[in-house]
Amino acid sequence: MQITKDTVKYVAALARIELKEEELARLSGQLEGILNFIDKLKEADVSQVSPTSHILTVNNVLRKDELKTSLKPEKVLNNAPHKEGTSFVVPKVI
Amino acid sequence: MNYEPVIGLEVHVQIKTKSKAFCGCSTEFGAEPNSQVCPVCLGFPGSLPVLNASFLDAAIKVAVALGCQVQEFTKFDRKHYFYPDLPKNYQISQYDLPLALNGFVDIELESGAKRIRVKRVHLEEDAGKLIHADKMSLVDFNRTGMPLLEIVSEPDLYSPQEAYEYLNNLKSILSYLDISDCDMEKGSLRCDANISVRPKGEEKLGIKSELKNLNSFRAVRDSLTYEIERQVGALGVGEKIIQETRLWDDKESKTYSMRSKGEAKDYRYFPDPDLPPFIIKFSKVDEIRKALPELPKEKQVRLMRDFGLSEYDAGILVFSKKDAEYSEDCMRKYPKENKKQVANLLIGPLLSEANNRNCRLVGLDLSAENLLELIDYVDSNKISHLTAKIVLTEMIDTKKKASVIIQEKNLVQISDTSSLNISIEEVIKENDKSVQDFKNGKENALMFLVGQVMKKTKGKANPKILQELLRGRLKDA
Repeated sequence: MQITKDTVKYVAALARIELKEEELARLSGQLEGILNFIDKLKEADVSQVSPTSHILTVNNVLRKDELKTSLKPEKVLNNAPHKEGTSFVVPKVI
Repeated sequence: MNYEPVIGLEVHVQIKTKSKAFCGCSTEFGAEPNSQVCPVCLGFPGSLPVLNASFLDAAIKVAVALGCQVQEFTKFDRKHYFYPDLPKNYQISQYDLPLALNGFVDIELESGAKRIRVKRVHLEEDAGKLIHADKMSLVDFNRTGMPLLEIVSEPDLYSPQEAYEYLNNLKSILSYLDISDCDMEKGSLRCDANISVRPKGEEKLGIKSELKNLNSFRAVRDSLTYEIERQVGALGVGEKIIQETRLWDDKESKTYSMRSKGEAKDYRYFPDPDLPPFIIKFSKVDEIRKALPELPKEKQVRLMRDFGLSEYDAGILVFSKKDAEYSEDCMRKYPKENKKQVANLLIGPLLSEANNRNCRLVGLDLSAENLLELIDYVDSNKISHLTAKIVLTEMIDTKKKASVIIQEKNLVQISDTSSLNISIEEVIKENDKSVQDFKNGKENALMFLVGQVMKKTKGKANPKILQELLRGRLKDA
């Protein structure tokens, strides 16, 4: 599978990452290598295997609808670069 | 060219549980920002979400009530996007194997009944809340991880009014199930609308826009009306519609473009490895189905059967669960066989009082006993229907009983012939011309004389008895 620079740009935009021109070139080659490696899976014969939607064999893990103590707002905001009152502050996004 | 709109609705309903969908934080509304969060809902490394059993039960309940097929195997997926209200950078949702498929909501239109198909019902978690200030946005994660149910309709709605009816009926069903507050103002019920237009007769769907920021059912209807005009107008001058998200501005009454809408693949869905799948046994679904409360349609049919109400009247009364229970209580306690009198009062004066006060029938805080006391006054001809309406308003305003108001204001109708006769004699003496007119065959003159007696009795004369007495008296004169 060929990964063009445009594809890298597109994926970078989804991930909100800004990449320089030389990074685009380098990453397109690396991503292509990774995908080609994963393509090896296509060689496996899965005609007798049902599709897996989950890696675990357990199911129906539930908890009772009960309250647990939440974190204190001071603790929640401890690492926040910007805050106001007990709210996080981010650049205006609307 | 003639265009027709095609509308599909996505409704998000917040499920009323004590704790969040995947962690033990409280779901209480209105707490201090970021006081109801923990490593799980903040998406800290190493934390592990575990599904709330009550959330799943409520979801199955809704699915069954909407006639959906609950799936035997269901799982959660991660939906990725970056936004400051989403601390994990993905939302736990369901993608290709949702909880339930293929339900329906029946709506009533002027042209008759119509069945709107429900495509799917799935569980997901809510995002946080952003408050936009002057130069910054404030983030509160208390809402992050709240249990939401998304109910997606098929594009079966062909007008803003149909969309409006669908929402009302869906809300009615949800309120009967008692699984949510269904309060749009608090955000426990939200709606996004997908709308496209296509030339009449065309099978293929047009390019849709998704409308957001719809804060009331009226806003849904108005924004759809606006959007149909906008799209048809654009196509009319040869413009292309682009797939995008548009925000409704309630004050300006128009939509404006927010962003071009990403495609599903941009969300990079994949199964959430933190949440093992769920196998839902038929016996479980059946158990929940059997425990379902009476739903609006069933109640409507029963009210028609038990109390002889018309389909229309019963339909109005069952709309809100609490109002339906109140109405039923009133009719059950009413001693007479014919309940129409009570239903008329509920649907007529009482409902308009409620509408004037922007509340529901139960919001008027009028006990069934007090209402029935008022009806008894009308039934026994002690007061007229007109007086009853005045007393009713007074009862709601002052919380006094009907008997107290009627006594205080001396409103009892005069049905006593001897006291009516005194007024009649006076009026006949004072209105010789009208008496002559009546005798010469002018029927109108009688109504004039009735009016004069009414004036003398301050409106309290029993109109039926008065008319009979007056007619008899004039014949003899």
